[in-house]
Amino acid sequence: MKIAVCIKRTPDSESRFRIAASATSIDEAGLKFDIDDFASYAVEVALQLNEKQGPGETVAIAVGPDVVQETLRKAMSMGVDRAVQLKTDVMPYDGLAVAKALAAELKAGGFDLILFGKHAFDTSAGIVGTATAELLGVSCVTAATKLDIANGRGTARRELEGVAEIVEFPLPAVVTIDEGFARPRYPSLKGIMSAKKKPLETKPAQLGDVRVKVKSMALPPDRPPGRIIGDGVAAVPELVRLLQTEAKVL
Amino acid sequence: MANVLVFAETRANALRKVALETVSAARALADSTGGGEVHALVAGTPGVASVAEQLGQHGADVVIAVEHPGLANFDREVVASTLAARAKSGGYRGILIGFSAQGRDIGPRIAAKLDVPIVTDIVEVSVAGDAIIVKHPAYANKVIVTLEVNAPLAVLSIRPSAFAPKVVARTARTETMAPASDPSASKVVVKEVIEGGKGKLDLGEAPVIIAGGRGLKAPENFKLAEDLAAAFGNAAVGATRAVTDEGWRPHSDQIGQTGRQVSPQLYVAVGISGAIQHLAGMRSSKTIVAINKDKDAPIFKVADYGIVGDVLEVLPVLTQAVREAKAGH
Repeated sequence: MKIAVCIKRTPDSESRFRIAASATSIDEAGLKFDIDDFASYAVEVALQLNEKQGPGETVAIAVGPDVVQETLRKAMSMGVDRAVQLKTDVMPYDGLAVAKALAAELKAGGFDLILFGKHAFDTSAGIVGTATAELLGVSCVTAATKLDIANGRGTARRELEGVAEIVEFPLPAVVTIDEGFARPRYPSLKGIMSAKKKPLETKPAQLGDVRVKVKSMALPPDRPPGRIIGDGVAAVPELVRLLQTEAKVL
Repeated sequence: MANVLVFAETRANALRKVALETVSAARALADSTGGGEVHALVAGTPGVASVAEQLGQHGADVVIAVEHPGLANFDREVVASTLAARAKSGGYRGILIGFSAQGRDIGPRIAAKLDVPIVTDIVEVSVAGDAIIVKHPAYANKVIVTLEVNAPLAVLSIRPSAFAPKVVARTARTETMAPASDPSASKVVVKEVIEGGKGKLDLGEAPVIIAGGRGLKAPENFKLAEDLAAAFGNAAVGATRAVTDEGWRPHSDQIGQTGRQVSPQLYVAVGISGAIQHLAGMRSSKTIVAINKDKDAPIFKVADYGIVGDVLEVLPVLTQAVREAKAGH
């Protein structure tokens, strides 16, 4: 199968974030960036599908400035065959604009399957995969926790707010990947060496109008500091009293 | 003055909590622009129009009922195309939907169909001249981003529990609309829906959540958390990633950065140390209670009320006390 995996570069989610002096972005100094968690699951799913189903090609695509090349190389070191950077000056916050750039690149690519993470850690917006599917006019399944492909059709499982759903769909398709799959592999030394020689193409991103812009970023107000009200079962009556009289939730 | 189109989400022809939150948020937005109308679209099998009264009470002026025998399960392709068709009829400033599983599926489709911008996971929204200004928590709730949307129409997807449902006592007039696409022509077909458990409250809907971590020591001890949930009556049980990774609880119960993000009225964390990924999924809860044997556990930094102790001892006593408190009312 010919599989595209659209990936995003995001900072380590455990970082402590600061706001840049411009007040319109985070301060990136000292942050560690990598392939976003869900996107790295999508890379793993793509690699396993092609390993299982015989000859195929896996292509990683990322929108963004030149720093995303490092992220694309990481995907190639995991086993992706080649990569495409759709170049922008900065990563736009407008999900539909990013989807337009991806759709323009994917349109003539002849892909059977296009994978995304279900959302990226930084914005958690979950827009780009679904919007790309709509622009391409192909099937779309979001937040899959299982995926099987056979005879030009896919079957996926999705976990949705208390129920699970089994869906069937024809290819070509966009599928966004949730957890539930095998953990993404670590690049081998051989993988890292060969990734340096794999093709990485850079093209301008066709974003169209960018209509969503960051006005400001700020740190959220702190919760009031925590309070320990007591030890063990002896503290239960006081807890119940506070839930009734102060928090008014009982 | 601007009209707002709303998707009123249902499951099995019953409104979900997020539907009332979305209608109430739309009412406030329309009123803030000088009093436009709120049009709420609901889709389901014949009979779903009966939710019109409830939608009117929460601020809808018009309920657009899309009834079709093929809409027993949520059909994202039909709902998106029908909302987009309705939006094209003109006069709308915004399309409000919930940032729920259903809303996540239809929002980007509508935006792409209409070529209008979309912003998601919104906790505040206002109109400022030609722009719409929204706030949305990003970086696992560690940064608040204010976005400016410059377009005459936009899709606005609101975070569940961020906007309170509000009764305003209106009577909505009901219109009917045919689905804009045939449900039998949808590409993605739902073959099976596996229920999580009869009468079980969803984590996104429950006003009270009891969440268990590894401190419960064994899967069977989740019974203690379930007993406490039953004592509250309006509670759901969630879990940490450590617990779902162990297979003690289903993956769908996971609360945290990679699982569900919740903000109930009351969050009771039992045997949870409070890893940063877990806090990302629950720190916007209104009141947080933590019970943990380690007084230095990070969960106590965000807990309004902490008890240091063995959860296996404290839980049964707390459950009994909650039962008595409930009976006393």
